[in-house]
Amino acid sequence: MPIPAAILTLGLSVVLVLVGLWVGQNVNMLPIDASANAPVYDELFQVLFSIGTSLLLGIVGLLIYSLVRYRRVAGDTGDGLPIEGNLPLEIFWTAVPAIVVLFIGIYSYDIYERMGGMAPLNDHSVHVMQASADSSIAAGMAMEASQGSGGPARIWGGISPTGSGAAAVNVDVTAMQFAFIFRYPESGIISGELHVPVGQTVALNMEAKDVIHAFWVPQFRLKQDVIPGQPTLLSFTATKEGRYPIICAELCGPYHGGMRSTVVVEDPETYSTWVTKNSPAPLPVSVSSAPSAPLQS
Amino acid sequence: MTLTLSPPTATPEPQAPLQPQGWLRYFSFSVDHKVIGLQYLVCGFIFYFIGGALAGMIRTELWTPLSDFMPRETYNEVLTMHGTVMIFLWIVPVVNGAFGNYLIPFYVGARDMAFPRLNAVAFWLIPPAGLLLISSYFIGSASQSGWTAYPPLSLTTPATGQVIWILSVLLLGGSSIFGGINFIATILKLRRPGLKLLQLPMFCWALLGTSILVVLSTPVLAGTLVLLSFDIIAHTGFFNPALGGNAVVYQHLFWFYSHPAVYIMVLPAFGLVSEILPVHARKPLFGYITMVYSILAIVVLGLVVWAHHMFTSGTPPWMRLFFTIATSLIAVPTGIKFFNWLATLWGGKIALNTAMLFSCGFIVNFVFGGITGVALAQVPFDIHVHDTYFVVAHFHYIVYGGTVFVIFGSVYHWYPKFTGRMANETLGRLHFVLTFIGFNLCFAPQHWLGLNGMPRRVAEYDPQFTFINQLSSVGALLMAISTLPFLINMVYSAFAGEKAGDNPWRALTPEWLTSSPPPVENWKGPAPLVTHPYGYGEAPKPQTAVASST
Repeated sequence: MPIPAAILTLGLSVVLVLVGLWVGQNVNMLPIDASANAPVYDELFQVLFSIGTSLLLGIVGLLIYSLVRYRRVAGDTGDGLPIEGNLPLEIFWTAVPAIVVLFIGIYSYDIYERMGGMAPLNDHSVHVMQASADSSIAAGMAMEASQGSGGPARIWGGISPTGSGAAAVNVDVTAMQFAFIFRYPESGIISGELHVPVGQTVALNMEAKDVIHAFWVPQFRLKQDVIPGQPTLLSFTATKEGRYPIICAELCGPYHGGMRSTVVVEDPETYSTWVTKNSPAPLPVSVSSAPSAPLQS
Repeated sequence: MTLTLSPPTATPEPQAPLQPQGWLRYFSFSVDHKVIGLQYLVCGFIFYFIGGALAGMIRTELWTPLSDFMPRETYNEVLTMHGTVMIFLWIVPVVNGAFGNYLIPFYVGARDMAFPRLNAVAFWLIPPAGLLLISSYFIGSASQSGWTAYPPLSLTTPATGQVIWILSVLLLGGSSIFGGINFIATILKLRRPGLKLLQLPMFCWALLGTSILVVLSTPVLAGTLVLLSFDIIAHTGFFNPALGGNAVVYQHLFWFYSHPAVYIMVLPAFGLVSEILPVHARKPLFGYITMVYSILAIVVLGLVVWAHHMFTSGTPPWMRLFFTIATSLIAVPTGIKFFNWLATLWGGKIALNTAMLFSCGFIVNFVFGGITGVALAQVPFDIHVHDTYFVVAHFHYIVYGGTVFVIFGSVYHWYPKFTGRMANETLGRLHFVLTFIGFNLCFAPQHWLGLNGMPRRVAEYDPQFTFINQLSSVGALLMAISTLPFLINMVYSAFAGEKAGDNPWRALTPEWLTSSPPPVENWKGPAPLVTHPYGYGEAPKPQTAVASST
């Protein structure tokens, strides 16, 4: 009995792993990947999906097998075997999940680092004063953020896929009940849609006017809460042209479900045309003449 | 080891003179732990049906992508109320209060809980708190800020509803703390002489762990909600950024309770399953000691994982990393429990009755929810799916697919003890099949919705998600229908079910070593000493029989 059982177990495990791998590679559950972040995220997703599928099938298979194989025959009032435990088995199924979990942890740390989550730029302990010494970009952001919101000292960072590269486009984002407003400080554009050039780093300086909102673009695999009193920096690089939804992902009131906008990723020429076309006249007091795109409901 | 209770030598007093008899005692301030347990259970089920009706309203609204079934404000009230009722009035009171009260005194060989009057107070806080909560619908408006009540939203939504919500949750938290103290005292101090801690049925360990979590974390929630009420009523600025407060501090304090709350809802279910599986598989519980250690490990780890609810709240990288690792680690003791349950079934003689079906359904659903839980613990993964329907699906797999399945399994398992009659198996199996299919149809597709861009707590959504949402709503309808055979079964069997006898399952745990339903003070004679609650397949040991007193 032992040898065939062992071989059978091994064979079944291999099949399970293969099925898991196949499912992870071939079953696509995610929307299109349109930012530099997204393929990295999808890689993690595939690994987790593979491991999860193998585990679920294995455990459910074992359960169903036990229920069928060891079902009680009618009229049998006897008991099963009085086995109260098995130390090697306990060690085995403590060690294996521990290793799997450790692997997942280290791997997702690596993914997180590749997404730029650990970049010093995003360390929210960076104060405005200190930041000027560290990095000119961080300092620049910090100044803008603190000027924009009347002086809170801290920047709260999201994910930055660029690390230390300079952002090509800066946008000030105001989240309020129930809309996102995008202001381009260089050109003075105020828009209800976010327009960004493909392949260039975009830095969002986000602040919330009233309650907590969250900026989410599923195709970018990117989400960041925007909390009142906490100017937040988020940067990303879009990689595929198209129109993607911007969704508020934090309950913010009755019209939370309608708090949506669009990010338009376009080639740099179209983008600069859009900027030129929508830039307000160079008169300083011209807010009313300017707004380019109407707010998307 | 100090043992405080010596079994009474004389025949126990039948009843305190002021306690009503018969069915009236279920409507009285009874101090009998079995009466209180059933009061918790029935009261919990009433709130379960209210919470379920609210869920039905949510799924009806989401049948179409437009907000067209109820006003948006009402929708937010409904989702807030659904979460609050299901957590604070259904799962926590039932899985702790109902089964804990009914079973723990039996398991430790006591005649009642350590503090019977406190016990009754703990239960009688629940109906008024529940009525208070629901009454807020009719006094102005109910709370609209979700069961998480994050400021500043909770400071700007109508104050009446929010304050009533806070009062109600404070009362329920108080009830929970009273219960927790009572369980700890009973398990540690009321054990029958001769009964060692490591001989207790696993449910005692589960409830001991749960009660430690309740006592450590619930006061934090209470304090937080008091501060929140100051912000609302007195316009202080603890959590109001406009007044110099910090909204993220609220999230830390809230989740310091509300993540352990998940274990408060799940650990007792682990304990109940550990009681059900050995009985119907006729095998000892596999790996008793590792099961105990894994409960304790979950208690310790459960207290240091709360910030995984806040990965997108601007938490610093080191904190994200720490909470990822701590959260992932919980998978290890949880995994141990599941492998031990599978090993308990392996080689048994399994009777696949309704109690067993629900327990196995629990294993399938919880493993699914556990796997998505480990994925959600990873910061980069969570950043995309946080606050989406993926999370909604995940936690329903844990609390409904996990705990509620166990509650149903436990009701079927202990029904003969509660009533003296057997529940109907055919109706029970029908109930299971409808619930299992309905549940998975309702929640499995929601994972996809979350991954593809549907946030949670919305009354309207992108039209591309219509079909999947309708699939989910059909599942919810099936779940609603599944309660009919359950209700019919419970009522019909109570009057016309087959007589159960004392021990229809031939189980070895002490609640079965007395009549069904058990007498006041649990045993006619001295309490039995059960040192091998899972001694199936062994030669009958003299201790497992109704032993003479020490």
